[in-house]
Amino acid sequence: MHIVVCIKQVPDSAQIRVHPVTNTIMRQGVPAIVNPYDLYSLEEALRIKDQYGGRVTVLSMGPPQAETALRKAISFGADDAILVTDRAFAGSDTLATSYALASAIRQIEKDIPVDMVFAGKQTIDGDTAQVGPGIAKRLDMQLLTYVSKVREIDLENRTVTVERRAEGGVQVLRTSMPCLVTVLEGTNEMRFATMSNMFRAARYPLKTWDKEKAGIEDVAKIGLKGSPTIVSKVFAPTPKSVKAEIIDTESNQPKDLAVTLLAKLFTKKPNLQRDIAKNAP
Amino acid sequence: MSEAAETRKPARKKVELDPKLAAYKGVWVFVEHERGQVHPVSWELMGEGRKLADKLGVELAGVVMGAPGPESRVFCNEAMFHGADLCYLMEDDLLRDYRNEPFTKGLTDLVNSYQPEILLIGATTLGRDLAGSVATTLKTGLTADCTELAIDMENRSLAATRPTFGGSLLCTIVTLNYRPQMATVRPRVMAMPETDRTRSGRILEHPLGMVEESIITKVLEFIPDNMQGKPQLAFADIIVSGGRGMKKPENFQLIWDLAKVLGAEVGATRPIVQAGWVEADRQVGQSGKTVRPKLYIAAGISGAIQHRVGMEDSDVIIAINSDPNAPIFDFATYGIVGNAMVILPALTEAFRQHLSTARLAG
Repeated sequence: MHIVVCIKQVPDSAQIRVHPVTNTIMRQGVPAIVNPYDLYSLEEALRIKDQYGGRVTVLSMGPPQAETALRKAISFGADDAILVTDRAFAGSDTLATSYALASAIRQIEKDIPVDMVFAGKQTIDGDTAQVGPGIAKRLDMQLLTYVSKVREIDLENRTVTVERRAEGGVQVLRTSMPCLVTVLEGTNEMRFATMSNMFRAARYPLKTWDKEKAGIEDVAKIGLKGSPTIVSKVFAPTPKSVKAEIIDTESNQPKDLAVTLLAKLFTKKPNLQRDIAKNAP
Repeated sequence: MSEAAETRKPARKKVELDPKLAAYKGVWVFVEHERGQVHPVSWELMGEGRKLADKLGVELAGVVMGAPGPESRVFCNEAMFHGADLCYLMEDDLLRDYRNEPFTKGLTDLVNSYQPEILLIGATTLGRDLAGSVATTLKTGLTADCTELAIDMENRSLAATRPTFGGSLLCTIVTLNYRPQMATVRPRVMAMPETDRTRSGRILEHPLGMVEESIITKVLEFIPDNMQGKPQLAFADIIVSGGRGMKKPENFQLIWDLAKVLGAEVGATRPIVQAGWVEADRQVGQSGKTVRPKLYIAAGISGAIQHRVGMEDSDVIIAINSDPNAPIFDFATYGIVGNAMVILPALTEAFRQHLSTARLAG
């Protein structure tokens, strides 16, 4: 089994702040982390390796700093890591990104054929959930998104059986390798890095690929040029002009505050009473 | 959507569209249904699609794909009631359960045959799986999880606005030299349109043209969710949510107590879910669910942007927070400045009394 796991280094969105005056992102001091959704995919790939044997290669496209994310993946137990980095990729949207990553995976395949590709369900910065499906289409791989459990891998018949989260239930799907899987959050818990893997990660000779090494045949398909979507405007959300009406009573006792609030609420929204009565026990 | 939005140059103002692409006309909404139910997001999108089609002066179409049977026609008619002028109908046994391969081929074929300029899909697990595949197959642009859709009349292009960086900023994205322009929208982001049951329209059938043998992925079984006890936040009328200000997991019981009296669902912010106080299905916000209930009660929630984007369209928001400067008071309807651990029980009791009085009054 050879599994490629695509990961992305992202700013920890929970810690991003917008400058109140200039409305620009304040990146300073915002830590870069491995996209949390990618870790579920990485862990699932490592579990398959533990059970069925084989290799796990992690792949990332991004600036040189993304090396940190790849070393982190090695410390968890990945065997190889490749960073695809080139200024020509800057400004790539999801279509261009999936083209670049698919090209890189084809290059990886020249060494060892790839049986499965894992990608995060989505990233926390872009949130699009499109790069995984995009890679699968470009490589003509079967696509299994939102997988909550890998039930069985049949190496002899080269089939994979998974449980997939669908609207209103779980689909049990069987497909053939090669296939691309995105993993649902909460499916597993990332293992701890072992001491020996941490040493290995620190010393690991990371492979860095520019656009040529990544096998990009058509530079018009990457970067801004290869991106159909164009950002025309970035702006801060307009604050609501109306602030909350603060409930105030003379006593400011909880009971009085609650009663005053309810009186105002049901005067303004008389129908709410009916809605509550409908649901209430 | 751009993976590096902030590094990109602003769009050029006026673009001459390739005549081949200019032939793409009309707005389409993919009508998602599973197990005999149309997903409400499809009708929310139909309402939005109607506005876009009117602005462009073109027709609005629904796309219904599924197994043969009377159901599909019912869905087509429903689509007209919600604003569609016509429906494209693709019926085939291979479309009984959702699978990426046949649905991607079917929808791609429909687009190539009838050439819409805009294609809208709900940002559900099915919709995201399908939209990403269709956009890559068609080599066109797709903007995910939009919160606002408009038409830039100068270029007749779709201007799709979506949150970025966890909701801290919004960006507007256009797809100028590619057609169709695709966008996904999460459930409950757009309002449900009024239905007009006198509306009707034409139905255009198109074959899938696939055989089972050519489809590699097989559905072995479908295990329906046991809805009993499962949180249904997205469509709840009333939600009581708690945040970090609840301080201890034991205190979260006060949220449950109020929810019980109101027959409400319980929601939470990301830190609460991460701490394991409630299950992940209850998370409201950018990385959780988008909700628009009639009443949202937020206790011990500061109102950070990541949470706000998931609930700010609620009809009435009541905020309880000990910090008078908490951002939640900037957009809530009513605010009580105080300790949630004291205010919540008082509120629960007041609602209980109010409801029993109302019941007695009949």
